[in-house]
Amino acid sequence: MHIDWAALGSVFGVSLIVTVALVGLFTLGIVGLSKREAASAQGDSATLAVTGAYACFAACAAAVTYGIYLIVA
Amino acid sequence: MENFSLILAIVVITALAFDFTNGFHDTANAMATTISTGALKPKVAVAMSAVLNLVGAFLSVEVANTISKGLVNEDGIQPEVIFAALVGAILWNLLTWLVGLPSSSSHALMGGLIGATVASAGLGAVHGDVLVTKVLIPAIAAPIVAGLAAMLATRLTYRLGKHTGEKSSAKGYRAGQIASAGLVSLAHGTNDAQKTMGIITLALVTGGAIAPASDPPVWVILSAGLAIALGTYLGGWRIIRTMGKGLTDLQPQQGFAAQTSAATVILASSHIGFSLSTTHSVSGAVMGAGLGRKGGVVRWSTATRMFVAWGLTLPAAALVAALAEYLTSFGSWGTGVVAVFLVASSAAIWLASRRQVVDHTNVNDAEEPAGVVTTAMAVVTPPPAGVTDDLVAAAPTPAPEVPTDQPTTSATV
Repeated sequence: MHIDWAALGSVFGVSLIVTVALVGLFTLGIVGLSKREAASAQGDSATLAVTGAYACFAACAAAVTYGIYLIVA
Repeated sequence: MENFSLILAIVVITALAFDFTNGFHDTANAMATTISTGALKPKVAVAMSAVLNLVGAFLSVEVANTISKGLVNEDGIQPEVIFAALVGAILWNLLTWLVGLPSSSSHALMGGLIGATVASAGLGAVHGDVLVTKVLIPAIAAPIVAGLAAMLATRLTYRLGKHTGEKSSAKGYRAGQIASAGLVSLAHGTNDAQKTMGIITLALVTGGAIAPASDPPVWVILSAGLAIALGTYLGGWRIIRTMGKGLTDLQPQQGFAAQTSAATVILASSHIGFSLSTTHSVSGAVMGAGLGRKGGVVRWSTATRMFVAWGLTLPAAALVAALAEYLTSFGSWGTGVVAVFLVASSAAIWLASRRQVVDHTNVNDAEEPAGVVTTAMAVVTPPPAGVTDDLVAAAPTPAPEVPTDQPTTSATV
């Protein structure tokens, strides 16, 4: 019997890292947007936080696109 | 399509019926968390999932082309064997749906194929080592991988997002959940609709209707995609309720973490080549997300019932399929008996489900009272003599009087 431990291990590692990274990035994006919410309440603009937030969301969107590519290919 | 015999037509119809139960059964995988956290309205969620399943069915035929290779020897498989396998898989899918337990449709199908093959060709035709590597280990690994990832992700998102405003976080997690649920739906369409295409194609080849090693004909792709989309749209609300509410109480953060973990595990595993079941991954992810929140609890009694169902899936489907295969070996009347039995039992299960209706209106209510499994099991195990009665009761009138021995149920029949 041949069990592909290497494949199982990489599924384990990749899933763990990608999930945590994606959820982390996405949460950071939400944090950034929420800074704008707070800032606009005081009349500021919080440009840095908003730019960071959109960068995070863009990275997540890229990951989703790669996911769709994996499904199609 | 010149040699389109009766048995072949029966196999194709049964395969499409299986595809329907598959969509029905697995809507929960993509949409349970989205529905229970309120990110999407129930009807909208299942409609979106159905469309993505349909799209997924057209994306490639790779899975369809590799179906059933390796697990059993294809030589000597008759259309009757495939028919018997499908009967086992459909009945198990319906039974687990009735008791609201998520279980793997793929395992049911594999179990059916194994049982029918053993009954027709003996134990030697099944590759035991493939059974362990392709069924047993993935079934254990999937929930652990997805659960661990979801748990860590849940912890992280709660810690990072401690000070976020309510408005941005509500909007953000909603979008995130919809995106990850969409990915799961699409992946499901490419995988599971294609399994049915593969089965139908296999049946057409063994029945001599198309040449060996052909790609699935267009009508097969179209009908399989439509069957799974229809099943998805009608929604297995019972299973959605168990997954979204029964296992644990999910907040948007957890729903997002769980669904992202499930989508990642499914895509990573199928890409790296160690295929993991969608159902097992999503259930594991939901439980992991439940454990990841401070004060979150997993209802282990529900989880235990689910694990038992997972363990039983393969042998139960195999047993039914083996019996069905034994009957079909008697010739046309045997096949007819099996077909009648399938229709009658499906009707009986559907009738039993009407005693306690779960649909989009009450899908997010608290979980069903304990003991429903035993009640349901007692209801759906028809004594041999009752089969014809069920059929008569089900066939002529679409909405017959259901004897309600439970005074509490106010089912609108």
